[in-house]
Amino acid sequence: MLQFDFDIILKTLPYLLREGMVFTLTLTALAAFGGLVLGTLLALMRLSTIPGLALFATGYVNLMRSLPLVLVIFWFYFLVPYIGQAILRTERPVEVGAFASALITFTLFEAAYFSEIMRAGIQSVPKGQLSAGYALGLTYRQVMSYVVVPQALRNMLPVILTQTIVLFQDTSLVYVISITDFLGAASKVAQRDGRLIEMYLFAALVYFLISFLASLLVKRLQARTAIIR
Amino acid sequence: MKLLGIAVALLALPGLASAQDLTGTLKKIKETGTITLGHRESSVPFSYIDNNAKVIGYSMDICGKIVEAAKAELKMDKLDVRLLPVTSSTRIPLIANGTIDLECGSTTNNAERQKQVAYTNTHFLTASAFVSKKAKNLKKIEDLKGKTVVSTAGSTNMKQVVEANAAKGLGMTVLPAKDHAAAFLLVELDRADAFIMDDILLAGLVASAKDPGLYQMSDEAFSLPEPYGIMLRKDDAPFKALADRTTAALFKSPEGEALYRKWFMSPIPPNGINLNVPLNAMLRKMLEKPTDSADPAAY
Amino acid sequence: MNYNWNWGIFREPNPEGSGTYLDLLLMGLNWTLATAALAAVIALVFGATIGVIRTLPSRGLVLAGDAWVEFFRNIPLLVQLFLWYFVLPELLPKAAGMWLKTLPNASFWTGAIGVGLFMSSRVAEQVKAGIRSLPRGQAMAGTALGLTTAQTYRYVLLPMAFRIILPPLTSELLNTVKNTSVALTIGLMELTARTRAMQEYSFQVFEAFTAATLIYLVLNASLTFLMRRLERAVAVPGYVTGK
Repeated sequence: MLQFDFDIILKTLPYLLREGMVFTLTLTALAAFGGLVLGTLLALMRLSTIPGLALFATGYVNLMRSLPLVLVIFWFYFLVPYIGQAILRTERPVEVGAFASALITFTLFEAAYFSEIMRAGIQSVPKGQLSAGYALGLTYRQVMSYVVVPQALRNMLPVILTQTIVLFQDTSLVYVISITDFLGAASKVAQRDGRLIEMYLFAALVYFLISFLASLLVKRLQARTAIIR
Repeated sequence: MKLLGIAVALLALPGLASAQDLTGTLKKIKETGTITLGHRESSVPFSYIDNNAKVIGYSMDICGKIVEAAKAELKMDKLDVRLLPVTSSTRIPLIANGTIDLECGSTTNNAERQKQVAYTNTHFLTASAFVSKKAKNLKKIEDLKGKTVVSTAGSTNMKQVVEANAAKGLGMTVLPAKDHAAAFLLVELDRADAFIMDDILLAGLVASAKDPGLYQMSDEAFSLPEPYGIMLRKDDAPFKALADRTTAALFKSPEGEALYRKWFMSPIPPNGINLNVPLNAMLRKMLEKPTDSADPAAY
Repeated sequence: MNYNWNWGIFREPNPEGSGTYLDLLLMGLNWTLATAALAAVIALVFGATIGVIRTLPSRGLVLAGDAWVEFFRNIPLLVQLFLWYFVLPELLPKAAGMWLKTLPNASFWTGAIGVGLFMSSRVAEQVKAGIRSLPRGQAMAGTALGLTTAQTYRYVLLPMAFRIILPPLTSELLNTVKNTSVALTIGLMELTARTRAMQEYSFQVFEAFTAATLIYLVLNASLTFLMRRLERAVAVPGYVTGK
């Protein structure tokens, strides 16, 4: 049983990277961006004085944070076309491809986590700055987009990036709906060629290196922002 | 092939009209210029991935014909064919929610599923059996008493196994696997003693295994031979009519038998192994008198 | 919406012969709870140990603790479970590998240990942060009283540190519960897996998922409630969490 064949990795590397890693990284980047935008909106809603908005945002965030990602992936894979139909008022469910479905799922799921981060970030901006903004005659929208949110983003950047690394790892769960991300590609090769050990060890190594190096960068960034403050 | 397309188009001519009169999947195809086929990754030789990551198989070829016919009927110059991998567990919800338009795999057609989806003409018949390592000497269902067995989540086989397990008090531990390859892997790794699945798929998996000589098929079947059909959405008569017409014409023509021989009686990728499943009386009748009946007794 | 709703499905018998579909889901919940409980114990024991190790003055130990955390934190849980389930038995001597594979409930043990070790890296981070957050004077006071390092940790630092990190530990506990669902990929029939089985047997996708969602919500709320009670019960008056 124990015959390592690491040639298989070299041979399939183009497939693993082109089919798998590109999917994983694109999904991570887009979902992180979308999740951050939506998460910031949710955080603003939660902190707003309009009771309905705050209630909705709180409910949404708590709901998402209570569910396992695996369950949410299934939910959305089957449900999103009907939601699309209801929103766009089309006569048939909207066809959503595998990538779009995964992107919607991760964006909506991660938004809950990003919103908690952004809420802490917004609350970290001293109240006096808001008052100063209003005193200058800025509207709520202007105060938020020019004064509060940029600072919240900067204060929270290391946490946001750390959450993005978690997201990067979480994207591997699309395996459960047979979408070919990096792990999916590796596991297809593993099953087809009977090279389980090599492929799974290699996948683990790649995920480790990317996450580890990224977290080192985050730590350095954290040290730098800490000095500026 | 072209002739067939034209023939189908001519047949459909009276009903042919502008996009406004189209309904269901045909309307969707016309409007979006695309059709999405759900395929399997390890349903050898129906729908699986070869060494070049290309999706091939008997069901894929049949779906190809339906796609051509749709393109001809809708008079489209260009029709984009998208492929999406599905599993036994995701295929039915994905047909229902419009993510895929045709499921080209190895899906058993039964009355229960017909409440959710529709099927075109049956393209194969297979019984549920099991495969295990020769060394374990498992041949009959009784031999599985107290064993750990695996089946593919969402398959009819899975349901039959858990039902038989309860009814006959076999005391088996039943593991679900995501797809056929993952299930077979558990047998290969000795995580499971046997894999319960449609016999033709088991034959295909053994044929593409690293060491086919290690495995044996059971002597006993869990079910009568059941029909396989290509799935489409329920309540979509025009599209189903098109698919039925196309597959019936294909099966009755010499091309139908040639297609059968290509996948079941000739060497197939990836290992060039010949499954050698001759056309028995039942399968021959299936080709000669195409039907979408879910009743095993109808064949 | 082209879908046949049937909320009565939960009272219909499931094909496994184990009662109704609702029973099927509740059986899944049992496995979720059992797996999460074992995983939480593993995460707490290893996490606390590694967390403490990383605050000790020994450079070698700190490095080992860091390595542990980085290893378990930087590989996706799914990949870790595959390593334990598929790769580990093949790397062991044949007899040991066979023993592992034929272990009854192998998915449960692999899942619980896998999730536990994965979570231990996060718990270790919290424990380390908790100990670091204590004023240095506390450790010094312990030493001044003549306590050994072990005694200082046992009687001075850890009781305080654990109280401080109880809220983040609560969310890690909830994460542990949720993460057990990943073990469905190695055949564990926990709640999410049973939900899918129900969908596959009955085709009632949305009823099954709705029920699972409600069960997870209730589970989450109950655990949060219990942990808040615990926080209040152990709070030190006048200190951070004491109110």
